[in-house]
Amino acid sequence: MSILFPSGRSARRLTGFGHRLGIVAVTLLGLLAMTFFIGRVMPLDPVLSIVGSDADQSTYDQVFHQLGLDQPLYMQFAYYLRDLLHGDLGRALLSGNAVTADIARVFPATIELATIAILFGTCVGVPLGVFAATRKGRLGDQVVRVISLCGYSVPVFWFGMMGLIIFYAWLGWAGGAGRVDLAYDGLVQSRTGLLLIDAALAGEWEVFQSAIRHITLPACILGLHSMAYIARMTRSFMLNQLNQEYIITARVKGLSEFEVVWRHAFRNILVQLLTIVALAYGSLLEGAVLIETVFAWPGFGSYLTSSLLLGDMNAVMGCVLLIGIIFVTLNLVADALYQVFDPRTR
Amino acid sequence: MTTTTLPAAACEQTPQSSAQALRQNLARNLRKLVRNPLSVAGLVVIGALLLLAAFAPWIATHDPLAQDLANTLKAPDAAHWFGTDEYGRDIFSRLVYGSRITLYIISLVTVIVGPVGLAIGVISGYFGGWVDTVFMRITDIFISFPGLVLALAFVAALGPGLDHAVIAIALTAWPPIARLARAETLSLRKADYIVAVQLQGASATRILLRHVAPMCLSSVVVRLTMNMAGIILTAAGLGFLGLGAQPPVPEWGAMISAGRRYMLECWWLVAMPGAAIMFASLAFNLFGDGMRDVLDPRSE
Repeated sequence: MSILFPSGRSARRLTGFGHRLGIVAVTLLGLLAMTFFIGRVMPLDPVLSIVGSDADQSTYDQVFHQLGLDQPLYMQFAYYLRDLLHGDLGRALLSGNAVTADIARVFPATIELATIAILFGTCVGVPLGVFAATRKGRLGDQVVRVISLCGYSVPVFWFGMMGLIIFYAWLGWAGGAGRVDLAYDGLVQSRTGLLLIDAALAGEWEVFQSAIRHITLPACILGLHSMAYIARMTRSFMLNQLNQEYIITARVKGLSEFEVVWRHAFRNILVQLLTIVALAYGSLLEGAVLIETVFAWPGFGSYLTSSLLLGDMNAVMGCVLLIGIIFVTLNLVADALYQVFDPRTR
Repeated sequence: MTTTTLPAAACEQTPQSSAQALRQNLARNLRKLVRNPLSVAGLVVIGALLLLAAFAPWIATHDPLAQDLANTLKAPDAAHWFGTDEYGRDIFSRLVYGSRITLYIISLVTVIVGPVGLAIGVISGYFGGWVDTVFMRITDIFISFPGLVLALAFVAALGPGLDHAVIAIALTAWPPIARLARAETLSLRKADYIVAVQLQGASATRILLRHVAPMCLSSVVVRLTMNMAGIILTAAGLGFLGLGAQPPVPEWGAMISAGRRYMLECWWLVAMPGAAIMFASLAFNLFGDGMRDVLDPRSE
């Protein structure tokens, strides 16, 4: 069919993608409704947090009116959506800045951490998975299985603290909390917000080294979970390929095991792997909330937890919403990658 | 178990009743499970956890809440196996009692999430159409958050506390179950035996309860077991952030959080509860993994 009607084929793909976009739009709307709803059932009074507890009744009423709290709930939701479309998530109580500005300020630190973490997870996880698949059912496979299950089971904040105790306090290999040693703090002008890149651009190699020493430990620990996930998925993808007939053909042709595994089988799982890595990147944000708290990493997660403990709902809901959006987007990207690169979905 | 050398089929007769078939099936699966040393290890740890929780007053060496200000921050020794915390409380005893809280959270969440997820998934898959669309969009919304972040938001709204943490975790844990049950139902919906009971005039409720849901049960149970590991971690994470159980309750995550201030000098304050969390979570993962191998013929 698809060979006979090439144009119909691409049209179908487009409608399929359109349908998918529709679903995403509904999901996003639901996401907004949920953050809105959670923000409204909060026991904290948003008016009190603005006017203070000793304001008189008329000031209170005025702010109550300004915030639109005297309107019906669906109108409040409409206002919330309107503000959101203007990029307004309200003001954070902690800093007094707009939440969007705050998030833009702290987000690069998290991106930096998460990117190094996913690099670690992929570089370790993929070879582990391939190794396990080529030794299915034998000792090597079982060892990888235990390693990846451990990666799933470790409480990431605890591992972070143990890492600090062992590699920072006892051995002195890693830098402690924060992004750089205190002496270098604020030395490099922020251009991209990514400290490693900023330091390299400015030619400040001492800062760069210090930053590397600080980021390695949290990034590796954060990447553990992705490593476990990527290793397991790689294993199952590879097993799928290694059972196919073209692999037997390749072996019969007398290719070396290395060539069979890496040049033939591995190339065919690349697309699947790419989508998995995209999804793993999203779930890193969850670990980042905890690991940033442990390492006093001035990123998104620290911002979220400190706002949470202060009951700063605008900031919390802004963060939660952003995480949701990133998740949905990454899912969409993973889907699109699959559609574009995998010939079988055409 | 002297017959294990024989092929499994040879030592079983053809089942005479459905109860017997069920028994044989169970025994066969159990044998398969026992053959995997990793899942046995998981099972042993889970059993130990249950025993610890059940006999906590007899196993614990001290009162978990009793402060002893003369013996604060003591390193592990013969009197205090895992050391003492900043109020001189015995960490070992606190861990033993903490297992009750962990099991309480796990079982409560599972009891809520299992039936709810199963019901939503089965209904959604069986009826299809707009019912399916509505349920699946709601599921999509919940799935589009990482579990901990959503739980965090809920606890922030409800206020910190153990029961609120349970509610928040339950709210985030049902969607994967629902999706799974739906997928299973979709594959069953057009099966001949379902069509047969439909023709006999069975009501939708009867079909769902007696013919569809039981078939989804095994994969849902596996998923729930593997979920338990995640529940332990999320609960510990919430406890660590100060949103779960409140002090002086000996919840493991909260213990780590309290010990954080002293961790560079007194490593046992964080090392011990963290290891407990890891072993518990690993045990459920290993056991769930083994169960999946046994019950799910599609996995390799």
